[in-house]
Amino acid sequence: MSFELSQIGLVHANGQRALRAITLSVTGGERIAIIGPSGAGKTSLLRILATSIRPSEGRVSVLQSNPWQLSGHELKRLRARIGVVHQFPPIPPRQRAITAVLAGRLGQWPWWKSALSLIYPADIAGPREQLARLDLADRLFERCDRLSGGQLQRIGVARVLYQRPDLLLADEPVSAMDPALADLTVNQLHSEAATRGVTLVASLHAVDVALRWFPRVIGLRAGEIVFDLPAVKVSDGVLRDLYASETGILPTQDNQPLTVLPAEEAAVNGLKVVVPPRVI
Amino acid sequence: MMSALPSALPPTAPLRDPAALSRAGWTLAALLVLWPLLHIAQFRPGDLFDARNLKVMGNFVGQFFPPNTSPEFLGFAFKATLETLAMATAGIALAMLLAVPLGLALSHSLSISRIGPGPGRGLGEVIRAATRFVLLVLRGIPEIVWALLLVRAFGLGPAAGVLAVAVTYGGMLGKVYSEILESGDTRPARALLESGSGRLMAFFYGLLPGSAQELASYTVYRWECAVRASVIMGFVGAGGLGQLMDQSMKMLNGGEVSSILIIFLLLVLLADAISVAIRRLLA
Ligand SMILES: Nc1ncnc2c1ncn2[C@@H]1O[C@H](COP(=O)(O)OP(=O)(O)O)[C@@H](O)[C@H]1O
Ligand SMILES: [Mg+2]
Repeated sequence: MSFELSQIGLVHANGQRALRAITLSVTGGERIAIIGPSGAGKTSLLRILATSIRPSEGRVSVLQSNPWQLSGHELKRLRARIGVVHQFPPIPPRQRAITAVLAGRLGQWPWWKSALSLIYPADIAGPREQLARLDLADRLFERCDRLSGGQLQRIGVARVLYQRPDLLLADEPVSAMDPALADLTVNQLHSEAATRGVTLVASLHAVDVALRWFPRVIGLRAGEIVFDLPAVKVSDGVLRDLYASETGILPTQDNQPLTVLPAEEAAVNGLKVVVPPRVI
Repeated sequence: MMSALPSALPPTAPLRDPAALSRAGWTLAALLVLWPLLHIAQFRPGDLFDARNLKVMGNFVGQFFPPNTSPEFLGFAFKATLETLAMATAGIALAMLLAVPLGLALSHSLSISRIGPGPGRGLGEVIRAATRFVLLVLRGIPEIVWALLLVRAFGLGPAAGVLAVAVTYGGMLGKVYSEILESGDTRPARALLESGSGRLMAFFYGLLPGSAQELASYTVYRWECAVRASVIMGFVGAGGLGQLMDQSMKMLNGGEVSSILIIFLLLVLLADAISVAIRRLLA
């Protein structure tokens, strides 16, 4: 079991309720997309899984332990096994890409190794390999303030790939990328999860990316799970319902209109989403 | 049509700054508080221009000219300058040794138990409160008092000055370090703590890159202050330029005093240059 949430509720410090009665259980190696309008609670849900906030109600179990009953030392070890790709990469602007990627292993390295790595990188091949997977190998020694938003987001992904976590969480990991790079990045997250048999949970603003890549899709609205379906069963109606409060247009990575094929047709074509060719 | 513009504004937005009244109120309140304080401090700027006072001050300043440039005195002054620089530098180095762990302990942005909040929250708050108190005592007692105390232990000479600077400035640096670490972008450090990193490494990998410049320039500024503080401490026998100045003043030798003052200006200039260089290096 990767994680188990039962009847989770979350009220933020200012009294804002973000989650209500979330029950979810996920076995090892699953790949799950969380979609839903802005403010639905996607980030809050991922932060609970990342053990960075404690739920106000309900029980959490992550990687077979209840994080909030562990000792400080055990909690630290658990956190080192959870990798989080943040929507806005939390990387100091002056830091070099290699250092930012190496920081993924701070939870695993003894302190003296991390300290020595400040003087001379403890590992160069590792970070370069991870950056190469994301088409950024040439930026290894570049300072992060010289990178674009999409490049910085990929540095954040590379850090988590380098961390080799037992649970991979990603909060809108491709929100600043164009469709091609978004595909590349999601693909790498997938192959990492698949080859190491770990669970991947990603929140996504783009419905097409979710349906194209993730076998299981969870729809979240106003802090509640609206649906939890295999991607092939997600219908146009369900999606329009989920985003009802917004413009009625489904958000996609390339801002093109989206057609969702019914389940039977999708099974035949092996395709779930169709993006109509651009009219020139 | 120009006249259509104002009506295009939403009806709720007034055409006057709604914050103006409260701003005026605060300004007035500040003046009302300041006025009695100036009275208590017996601040009477008119006295400055009283003919008799002008003459007395003029005579005092007049004694300072010309500065003493005799090789013998400059030799003394050079040795005292080195002593002062050594005192300030050693003092600040020791102060940093004290301030870095205290500042890191105090800073909320490096608190692991706040995440969640998790285990050890109570202990963390107790440690932070104790640290805050220690820093308060260290910097709350003026360096001159520490110097007077330490001169009794170490005898006359720079050692007492060094420790007095270390103690007081350790307190100041620790407090300001922790505030600098909280005022920048704390998300990188927090993200590292959330992925199992220790506090010290979260500081080096998450906080230091963003705050190194500010930490360095504040430390250099404090070094400059320590150079000046060493004068005062010299007056109570802690050596350096201050002691030399004390002797010159007692002997009413204005030329020597003004030479020493010029050396001070040069030292402050030096501190400024160091600060600029460090900031450029870290940029
Ligand atoms: N730190 C916070 N303090 C208070 N309210 C918050 C905080 N973070 C999120 N919220 C609120 O919780 C709700 C869910 O937010 P979030 O989980 O960020 O949604 P999403 O990631 O789906 O956009 C929103 O109403 C938001 O305003
Ligand atoms: Mg979000």
